[in-house]
Amino acid sequence: MKNNKLKNTGVERVDWITVIVYLFFVVFGWMNIYSAAYDHAHPNIFDFSQEYGKQFIWIIVSFLIAILTLYVEGDFFNKFSIYIYGFFTLLLVLVLIVGKEVNGAKAWFGVGDFGIQPSEFSKIGVGLLLAKYIASSGAKFKTWKTRLVAAAIIGFPAGLILLQPDVGSVLTFVAFILVMYREGLSGNVLILGLGAIVFGVLSIVSGAGSINFPFVGEQSGVWLLILIVLLLGIIWWLYVRNFIVPRNRKPLYWIIATFVLASSLFSFSVSYIVDNVLEQHHKERIYVMLSLPVEREGADYNSEMAKITVGSGGFLGRGYLEGPMTQNNYVPEQWTDFIFSAVAEEWGFWGGTLIIGLFVFLIIRLINMAERQRSQFSRVYGYCVACIFFMHLLINVGMVIGLAPIIGIPLPFFSYGGSSLMGFTLLLFIMLRLDAERLSIFR
Amino acid sequence: MNLEGRRFTLILIVSIIGIIYMLRLLSLQVTTDKWQNKASALAEKEVIIYPSRGLIYDRKGRVLVTNQTVYDLMVLPRQVDPFDTSAFCQLVNLSIEELRTLLKKAVTYPNVRYKPSPIIKQITPPEYAAISEQLYKYPGFFGQPRTLRVYPQQIGALMLGDVGEVTKETIEDNPYYRRGDYIGLGGIEKAYEVELRGKRGVKYVFRDNLGIERNVAGGKLDSSAVEGTQLIATIDAELQRYGEKLMQNKRGCIVAIEPSTGEILALVSAPTYDPNLLVGRARGHNFNVLSRDVQKPLFNRATQAQYRPGSIFKLAQSLTALQVGAITPQTRIQCNRAIIGCHGSHSYDDLEMAIVHSCNPYFRGVMQRVVEGDRDKTNRFRDARLGLDIWQNYMKGFGFGTNLGTDIPNVKTGLVPGVAFYDKWYGEYQWAFSTIYSLSIGEGEMQVTPLQMCNLACIIANRGWYVSPHTVRQIGLGGRPRDEYLIRHQLPIDTSYFTNVVNAMEKVVGPGGTGGRAKLKNITVCGKTGTVQNEPREDHAVFICFAPKENPKIALSVYVENAGFGGTWSAPIASLMIEKFLNDSIADPAKEKRILDANFLHQ
Repeated sequence: MKNNKLKNTGVERVDWITVIVYLFFVVFGWMNIYSAAYDHAHPNIFDFSQEYGKQFIWIIVSFLIAILTLYVEGDFFNKFSIYIYGFFTLLLVLVLIVGKEVNGAKAWFGVGDFGIQPSEFSKIGVGLLLAKYIASSGAKFKTWKTRLVAAAIIGFPAGLILLQPDVGSVLTFVAFILVMYREGLSGNVLILGLGAIVFGVLSIVSGAGSINFPFVGEQSGVWLLILIVLLLGIIWWLYVRNFIVPRNRKPLYWIIATFVLASSLFSFSVSYIVDNVLEQHHKERIYVMLSLPVEREGADYNSEMAKITVGSGGFLGRGYLEGPMTQNNYVPEQWTDFIFSAVAEEWGFWGGTLIIGLFVFLIIRLINMAERQRSQFSRVYGYCVACIFFMHLLINVGMVIGLAPIIGIPLPFFSYGGSSLMGFTLLLFIMLRLDAERLSIFR
Repeated sequence: MNLEGRRFTLILIVSIIGIIYMLRLLSLQVTTDKWQNKASALAEKEVIIYPSRGLIYDRKGRVLVTNQTVYDLMVLPRQVDPFDTSAFCQLVNLSIEELRTLLKKAVTYPNVRYKPSPIIKQITPPEYAAISEQLYKYPGFFGQPRTLRVYPQQIGALMLGDVGEVTKETIEDNPYYRRGDYIGLGGIEKAYEVELRGKRGVKYVFRDNLGIERNVAGGKLDSSAVEGTQLIATIDAELQRYGEKLMQNKRGCIVAIEPSTGEILALVSAPTYDPNLLVGRARGHNFNVLSRDVQKPLFNRATQAQYRPGSIFKLAQSLTALQVGAITPQTRIQCNRAIIGCHGSHSYDDLEMAIVHSCNPYFRGVMQRVVEGDRDKTNRFRDARLGLDIWQNYMKGFGFGTNLGTDIPNVKTGLVPGVAFYDKWYGEYQWAFSTIYSLSIGEGEMQVTPLQMCNLACIIANRGWYVSPHTVRQIGLGGRPRDEYLIRHQLPIDTSYFTNVVNAMEKVVGPGGTGGRAKLKNITVCGKTGTVQNEPREDHAVFICFAPKENPKIALSVYVENAGFGGTWSAPIASLMIEKFLNDSIADPAKEKRILDANFLHQ
């Protein structure tokens, strides 16, 4: 009886600060969609033929989803995680068969004027199932078995999304690696990731040029990088031979050999993939981000326009509905993936900083919320939510301000779109429900 | 292993990314205005609304200068799509190479891709009509209307002046002007530039990604253009036209002024040209042709030519001498041709007859009495200095050596040599009256402009005062001239002294006088002939006059270069002008024909 009462009143214990941040994001995002998509013929913000009118519908629907979610018992998500996962994954399979192709990707279920993008929901399923798996098996990812199972849970939907193809959405699945790190995956994975980014960038930059080598003539610049790595290896080896006591030398030799071999191979593959595997527009986007010369004129248009729009804001911003770049449609489809540029132009540096700061605040709050959970399931799920938001912030805002390549993923709660708003709402409010009833759960 | 500690690693990563992104925002938005400038260049635009330049009418309301719309073909390189260049070249009458050069220029500094640059300037409306029909096929190209001046009367080129694009120097000196603006370059166009140009309007617009423009902030920041002020010029178009006709095939000028107001009725400089030549696309070419012409049509002889005054100067000498008391009207001086040459049969004239006969020894004596006034009995050099100072002041009073306060730009002042001048020329105390006596008959170092000579006629006609000669009588229809043209400049010479001079001038035009050819039935013309020596070429013929004798309506100075004696050519031209102005008809066609047939261009 006492138990029941606690569960029924869980809503009262909901983390209101997070809810307030959520409401602010949704309403402020809607305002900025109105500004970015503003059409003089349709000045009414509730005009359902326009993006801002439609977004209003999505907001209402999302609020309903949020409220409903808060009244679902947390145990449901634990017990049914496999079915939720299965359902959303099935949608990913179906969309490949009956989906509507938009911008070259089969990512949408078309229902009249409205579309549903199942990839926005599949992260919820992955998060729940991953949490369930870790909680039930106590996996610390020390064994290959546990790593493989987790990889399968994450990789199956990710693979389906890659088939659409939607590389951007797949990239956000990196969030789950951060979650696994928290749950025991070796920290080397972060070092490896950072190393991969550094070597990846170096390979692309060096591979973009060619160098006239002695004896072999004109070759890709990536060979210079490999030569430098080799040289570093030799210096390191000489250092170890002369300054390290003999009994410690052997493992270091292995490390040196692995480093040289792995980084050379990695650099070569990255360069090869960029040149021969990636599609032209992907290559261009990477080149644009790295400020490398791009042959096709206009390839840097989106990136350049986004930067100009952000810079146009200045410290105080141009004023709501008064940003010259935003109001004149220089950024294509600004109300979707580039919405942050509208915020930055019309609300200026303080507005942009406020939003980034609030996202950082929300993510840290979610991490702390996850840590205070008694159940491991809730904790892992909390980390999933925090890390997914982080990946979206990292890639989306990075893209707008020219620190990441142009990758089309939405900014949570801001970007126009029913699927993403409903998906992120559901993602967040499941966590809020789990958090609300944390005290009633016994370990 | 304490996995809980890993939360701080993750929090650290999130915080670092947050800080990096904020710093990036700082660098994009706050530390540089590079991106803001780019945004403004792309999306914001100032549209200049050019007011139409003020029209100019003559004193009887005939249009002298009006406007015509032409089009500049502009290109906005950012919007240009690949197009059929050969068809385009055919349309706008350019070769492909020319087009390529122009397009390249449009994207080369200081021109930029997102600002329009002109491709072809000043296309006439009929030509533009043909082009504009096809222009929709070529995005990024558009026509921008401009106004050009038109001179329907085809007269008064130098007096009206012309209009051209501002130079870089002008823009630096005067921030009102921008590249491509027009500015008055001479005559009334220059003198009344501020009134004529009106006030530019500005419209601020947003330009969207498709190049479509619309208002900013409901047009609150916009200012509308103020049309240029209309001007009523002082000239009489018919008189001016007649003057130009009389001066055909001659070098020289006619200045006609209404004495009571100082209004310039005609300002002819010959040879002249059609002012429409210096308008539009042909301007540059025509300007070159005119500026290389040996007859110097661009040189305004009426205001810029400086001649020695000749015999006419004896009028000013007489008045000065009478006022300083050096002579009386009854003073007689021997015509001693041993000192200075003379002509005609006379020997011992009084003032009036000396003017009529233009007696050189008489006026040498007159000036000697003015300059050698025994003001310093011990030193004739110092005496001459004191005398010349007095003389020079009187001459300046007549307007010689000054710009007369006229509104005509770039007038020459002429020269009234004084003490300083001769000190420099001969050395201090190295000269006396005997050194400088040729001044007395209007030769020597003295220089005057035809405008100043006509003003002298005005002073005599008014018996002692003048109004600065000016070219605009109403600023704005029904308006007033500039304040300074409402002021009479009174000379310090007693009105009574003018009677003798006027009577003498009447006799000059009378029977046996040197200006007999200026005689008119029913109109009493008072005049004075002059012949400016011009060795080794033929003398310049000069005549000044006013009419009628009482209550004069018109004063003139007429210069015909290398035509010989003033009475033969300049006097009849002056009389025809008077007749035209006062009677609007010519009673003696033979007199007119003689003038029209005369040709002194190659003397």
